[in-house]
Amino acid sequence: MNQQSSPETILAVENISLSFGVMKVLDSISFDIRRGEIRSIIGPNGAGKSSMLNVINGFYHPQEGSITFKGETRKQMAPHVAANHGIARTFQNIALFKGMSTLDNIMTGRNLKMKTNLFWQALHIGPARVEELENREAAEKIIDFLGIQAIRKKPVGKLPYGLQKRVELGRALAAEPELLLLDEPMAGMNSEEKEDMCRFVLDVNSEFGTTIALIEHDMGVVMDLSDRVLVLDYGKQLADGVPDEVRNNQDVIDAYLGVPHEH
Amino acid sequence: MDQKEQDTNLDTFPKLLASHVKLRPTQDAIREKDLGIWQSWTWAEAAAEIRALACGLATLGLKRGDKLAIIGDNRPRLYWGMTAAQALGAVPVPLYQDAVADEMAYVLDNADVKIALVEDQEQVDKMLEVRDRCPNVEHVIFDDTRGLRHYEQEFLHDFETVQQAGVAYDHDHSDFYDREVATGKGSDVSIMLYTSGTTGNPKGVVLSNDNVIITARNGIIRENLTSKEEVLAYLPMAWVGDNLFSYAQSYVAGFCVSCPEDATTAASDLREIGPTYYFAPPRVYENMLTQVMIRMEDAAEIKRKLFNYFMEHARKVGVRILNREPVSLKDSLLYKLGDVLVYGPLKDVLGLRRTRLAYTAGEAIGPEIFDFYRSLGINIKQLYGQTECMVFICVQPDGEVYADTVGTPAIDVEIKIDDNGEIIYRSPGVFREYYKNPESTASTKTEDGWVHTGDAGFFDEHNGHLKIIDRAKDVGKLNDGTLFAPKYIENKLKFFSFVKEAVLFGDGRDYSTAFINIDLDAVGNWAERRNLAYSGYIDLANLEEVYQLIKDCVDKVNKDLSEDSRLANSQIRRFLILHKELDADDGELTRTRKVRRSFVGDRYDTLVESLYSDKTECHVETQVTFEDGRTGSLAADVQIRDAEVFKVNSVNQEAAA
Repeated sequence: MNQQSSPETILAVENISLSFGVMKVLDSISFDIRRGEIRSIIGPNGAGKSSMLNVINGFYHPQEGSITFKGETRKQMAPHVAANHGIARTFQNIALFKGMSTLDNIMTGRNLKMKTNLFWQALHIGPARVEELENREAAEKIIDFLGIQAIRKKPVGKLPYGLQKRVELGRALAAEPELLLLDEPMAGMNSEEKEDMCRFVLDVNSEFGTTIALIEHDMGVVMDLSDRVLVLDYGKQLADGVPDEVRNNQDVIDAYLGVPHEH
Repeated sequence: MDQKEQDTNLDTFPKLLASHVKLRPTQDAIREKDLGIWQSWTWAEAAAEIRALACGLATLGLKRGDKLAIIGDNRPRLYWGMTAAQALGAVPVPLYQDAVADEMAYVLDNADVKIALVEDQEQVDKMLEVRDRCPNVEHVIFDDTRGLRHYEQEFLHDFETVQQAGVAYDHDHSDFYDREVATGKGSDVSIMLYTSGTTGNPKGVVLSNDNVIITARNGIIRENLTSKEEVLAYLPMAWVGDNLFSYAQSYVAGFCVSCPEDATTAASDLREIGPTYYFAPPRVYENMLTQVMIRMEDAAEIKRKLFNYFMEHARKVGVRILNREPVSLKDSLLYKLGDVLVYGPLKDVLGLRRTRLAYTAGEAIGPEIFDFYRSLGINIKQLYGQTECMVFICVQPDGEVYADTVGTPAIDVEIKIDDNGEIIYRSPGVFREYYKNPESTASTKTEDGWVHTGDAGFFDEHNGHLKIIDRAKDVGKLNDGTLFAPKYIENKLKFFSFVKEAVLFGDGRDYSTAFINIDLDAVGNWAERRNLAYSGYIDLANLEEVYQLIKDCVDKVNKDLSEDSRLANSQIRRFLILHKELDADDGELTRTRKVRRSFVGDRYDTLVESLYSDKTECHVETQVTFEDGRTGSLAADVQIRDAEVFKVNSVNQEAAA
C-alpha cells in the first residue's frame, strides 16, 4: 500500500443519482478520492460500479448530484473535459484499435498532448517533427515500463488477452493522467498475469504518483492494493472505508463477501 | 614494440581496455537497445564509465582479491562492472540471473562476495531475501531504479550515485586508478564462474587473466576474427561462453558487443544487429528452425512450394558449396537463384545473413538441424569445451565439418583418451582451482595440469576428429551387456521438432525406456491444424493422436539404432509422455537446461517402475514450483505405450558407416 496519499481530495462526488428510465442505477452516492491513493469500488454484478466510472469521466450524465474534480464543482462531467483535465481509463471489454500496433495504440493515448495540426503532422517537419519525437519517447518509456518491447510492432488484435489488457493500460498511461480509472483490469487473467498487473498498478501509483480508482472482483487483489474501498449494491452505497473495516462490515459480508476473510 | 611483445604486456582486461582507447577511441565498444533505439558507447566512453565505476567501488571498500557478484541480463553496466572490479584487482563473479534466491545465497556465501552489482528490483528483492544468510555482502548496487524509490536500506546504492562518488574520488586521487591497473598481472585471478553442476552444489571455477586472455586470443587467431566483428550478447553472463564471446574476445580483438533490449526481444534484436560472429547452444538453432517450419506450414501454398523446392536443392548441394567442393554449373546456378529467392530472405529473417562464423556447443546438435543451416550457406561449426579451460578444447576446422564429431584440438590444447575411455586435456586455459574445494580440484585436475572432462569419447580413425559419446559416468549397460548410452539416444529423439526433452532409462535394466516431453509450440500447432482441441499442456500430452505422433518418432529412432549392432539392443521398448515440462525451478534441469537424469528418475520413480511393468497407465502427483517460488501440486494419469522394436540390421551397418 502506498505512502503518498495525502488528505487533499482530487475528486468528490455528492449525492449522485443516475437512472435509465425507471431503472435506478445509482442512488445518492457520495464518496471522495484523495490524491495519490488507490481507491477500489467493489460490489456484485449490476451494482453500478462501471456506471460510477462512466459518471466520473463524463460518459453518463447523472440526474442529480455534483462532481468536484480538482476543486471545480460541476453538475456533470463531459468526456473531453475529463480527458483534458487528466482523467484516463481502461475498459472492462478491451477497447483498442485491433489492427494497429502496440506502439500506435499507445501513441493514440498521446493524442491530447499533440498541439500541432494535421497539416504540419502530414509534412512531418518543424514543430510537428519535434513533437512526434517527444511523444514517441514518452510512448517508449511506457513500453519499457510495462515490459512489452517484444510486441511493440505487433498488431494488438493478434495478442493474447492478458497482453491486450496491458496495452490498454499503456494507452491510458500515455495520457499522463492524474486520475486513472481501471475497470476490471484483471478480469479473465490467470494468476501469473494478475500478479504482473498488480505490480504495474502499484508501480504506476508509486512511480508516477497517479491516483487510481479500481473496479475489481478479486477480493485478494482489492484488499491488498487498496487504501480505501467503496462498496455498492444495487446502486446503493453499502460501506466505505479502509479494507479491514469493509471486510468486517456485516452488510458487506451478507451482500457480497459471503464468509469473512481469514487473514 | 612489435605486436607480440605488446600483446604480452596487455595481460589484464583493464590494460586491454586502455589499449583500445589509444587504438580506436571512437569505435563502438558496446551497444544496448533502450527505449527502442540502439545506444552506443565508444571505447573511450566505455573506459570513462568503467573508471568512474571502479573508483566508486573503491569508495565502497572493494579491494584487491575481494569478490563482486554480478547479477542480471546482459547490460553494458554489468559488463563494465566486470572490468571495474578487475581494474581494482577484485574478482567478478557473475550469477545466473534467473536463479531463485536460495540458489544465489549458496554462491554469494561460497564465493565470499563483498559487493553485489545487480540489474533491477527483482534482483534487489532476492538480495534482501538472502541478506541474513549472507552477511558477507556489504553493499548492493542496482542499475535500473524502477520500483526502488521507496527502498531505504543504507546498503543499497544507485549505480549512478556510485559512479558520481567515483568521479569525485578520482578527482582527489587522480593516480589511483592507473596505479591499480598497473599493479594487475596476468597471473591474477580474472574471474570466478560457477559451473551449473549436474550433480551437487555448483563449484566456483577460478580462472586467471592468462587463462582467459590467451585462450580468447587463440580462438581469434584460429578463426581470423577482427575488430570489425558484430556480436549479440544474449546468453547468461554467468555462463563461460558469454564471458568468452561477449567479453574476453571483444576486449582482445576490439569488436563491438550489442546487448538486446530485453530477453524477449533477442530474436528481433539479432536481426537488427546482423552479427558476423554468433554463438548459440543447439536448442536455439532448434527453436529457430521449428519457428521457420511452423511459419512455412501456415504460409501460402506458392511460398511453401518455393521454399520446399529450393530447400530440397540446398540439402543436395548447399553443404558442398559451403565446403568449396565442386558442383555442376546447373546446380551452382540454381543455388544462386535460390539464394535470391529463399536462402537470402530466410537468413535475413533469422538475423544470420552476415554471419561469417557461427558456433554451437554444449549438447549434440541434430544432423538435420546442423545441415539445414550449413546448406543455407551459414558456416555453423561445433566446438567442444568446458568452463574449466575457458571453453576451447576442440573446434571443427573450416571445410572439415561433420555432424557427429567436434573437430580437432584448439590451438595449444593437448588431448588424450585415458584407459577408461575418458577424454583428458591440457591447455593454457586450464583453471587454477575450484574455489575453496581442494578435493574436487584434485579429483579433476592432475598435478601436471591434465583435466578430466568426464566425457567418454574417441578419435575418429578416418579424419582424426574427436567424437563424444556421452558423459563417462552415464554410459552404462543393459542386463544383457549391451552398451547403454542414454544421451546418444535422447539426442536422437530430441532431433524431432515435436520432442523437447527425452529422458532414457536402462542402465542395469532389461531394456531401455523413455520419458518424452513434447514441444508445446510444435505439437500445439500440429494439433491445431488437425482441429484437435486441447486445454493445455497436460491435455495435449495425453491426446491419443499425440501419442501416435510421438510413437512414430520413437520408432524411427529404434530403426536407426537397429542399424548399429553395438546399440541395437538398446532400442526403446516402452515410453510415456510426461505430464509436465521439465523445469529448472523444480531441479529437473540444470540452469543451462541439461536434464538431470537421476534426479528425474527418483522424482518420478512410480512412472519408471510402471515402464518396467506391463501397466498401460499410471497415476502420478507432482510438486511444482511456480515462477514466484510458491509450490503447488499437479496430478495426472499418464499413459504408457510400447514402441516398435526392429531386428538388428547388420547388413545396413556398412552403408550407415
